[in-house]
Amino acid sequence: MISQSFEYSAPRTLAEALALLAGGDAKVLAGGMSLIPMMKLRLAAPGRLVDLSRVPGLTGIREQGGALHIGAMTTHYEVESSAVLRAKCPLLAETASAIGDVQVRNMGTIGGSAAHADPAADYPAALLAVEAKVTLARKGGERTLAFSDFLIDTFTTALEPGEILTGVIVPVEPAGAGVSYQKMLQPASGFAIVGVAARVHNGSVRIGVTGLSGKAFRAAAAEKIFAETRDVQKAAAAVPLGVEANSDIHASADYRRHVAAVYAARALNAALSRAS
Amino acid sequence: MKQTITVTINGKAYSHEVEPRLLLIHYLREVLGLTGPHVGCETSICGACTVAVDGRAVKSCTMFAVQADGRQVVTIEGLAADGALHPVQQAFWEQHGLQCGFCTPGMIMTSRQLLERNPSPTEAEIRHGLEGNLCRCTGYQHIVNAVKAAAQAGK
Repeated sequence: MISQSFEYSAPRTLAEALALLAGGDAKVLAGGMSLIPMMKLRLAAPGRLVDLSRVPGLTGIREQGGALHIGAMTTHYEVESSAVLRAKCPLLAETASAIGDVQVRNMGTIGGSAAHADPAADYPAALLAVEAKVTLARKGGERTLAFSDFLIDTFTTALEPGEILTGVIVPVEPAGAGVSYQKMLQPASGFAIVGVAARVHNGSVRIGVTGLSGKAFRAAAAEKIFAETRDVQKAAAAVPLGVEANSDIHASADYRRHVAAVYAARALNAALSRAS
Repeated sequence: MKQTITVTINGKAYSHEVEPRLLLIHYLREVLGLTGPHVGCETSICGACTVAVDGRAVKSCTMFAVQADGRQVVTIEGLAADGALHPVQQAFWEQHGLQCGFCTPGMIMTSRQLLERNPSPTEAEIRHGLEGNLCRCTGYQHIVNAVKAAAQAGK
């Protein structure tokens, strides 16, 4: 039994979920892999949990118009084991397989991770590198945002009060694209000390970085250097430049910057070796 | 406010009024007396509380009992059938896959999931698959051997 009491609702429709969420002190419960530990630590104390697990239409992966639509409640295990994603957006499947452990991947969801915006989560690096979008539902409407615009800061997103993240949209990768996600993990929690997602196509690269700073980001300067020079080491060295790096008992800021360059080079080399 | 939940546990349906803040592990241990799943770290790290919910291995310290309403839960107590150990239990016994035994219920529940998804895992796949279960006796080698033996026995 955890110390704080709260109300719990398991709505059967999205409209019902949105109505419950409008009631003030409520928070969405997806897989609970971040929220429940936070509630135990009293870092979160919602008055009501709105569990989305029984809302139909929020799970699964479907292809439409050159893009893959992934329901927000799709688990990390479903993403890592999806034949469609492995073939058409392998960076996301590879990144999902690196999250936490099998029990966490069985429960944790892509929408929950995106909405939580943990600065050390794995998904954001990949979602930035594939230029993902998110769909946000509100009462009477829906909007679509680039994930890069959605992510504002540590644990902070563009979700408005009363909105629910319902899905993630990723483009189908063209033939010949090469991808890789490389992370140094904190062995107890499995979170990324630094994680780098690289995606190479036709000589241009996109690099998403997580764990290094207050929020995941695209390493734009490094991408530009690679486009101009095709030099992995020079591009990788630019990844941590000018970044205000996190520092904690697991890794100092200087060490994190060093690791970021090393893992960026690994991710770039692996992605290049898979590209054609 | 208390809510009524109905959960099928090891094949039998139970109905109880519970507070939403009651974690599944405490429902299993304290309400139902199923003390096979253990409370180790209670922080989603150690995996000693692992049970299967609708066929998925989950850490029952990181799920509320109300989330299990209407679902099928299997605990370590539900594995042996008609007095015969489950093949994974048998393999842990034969390969000495435990020392103190505290982590064993979780190890077995996760190993069972691993073999369901991948009946012939490599040693690396076994170690990756058991990352969410910690053994403080550091008896990992025998645990890995037990999973290999269970895979072999399942062929």
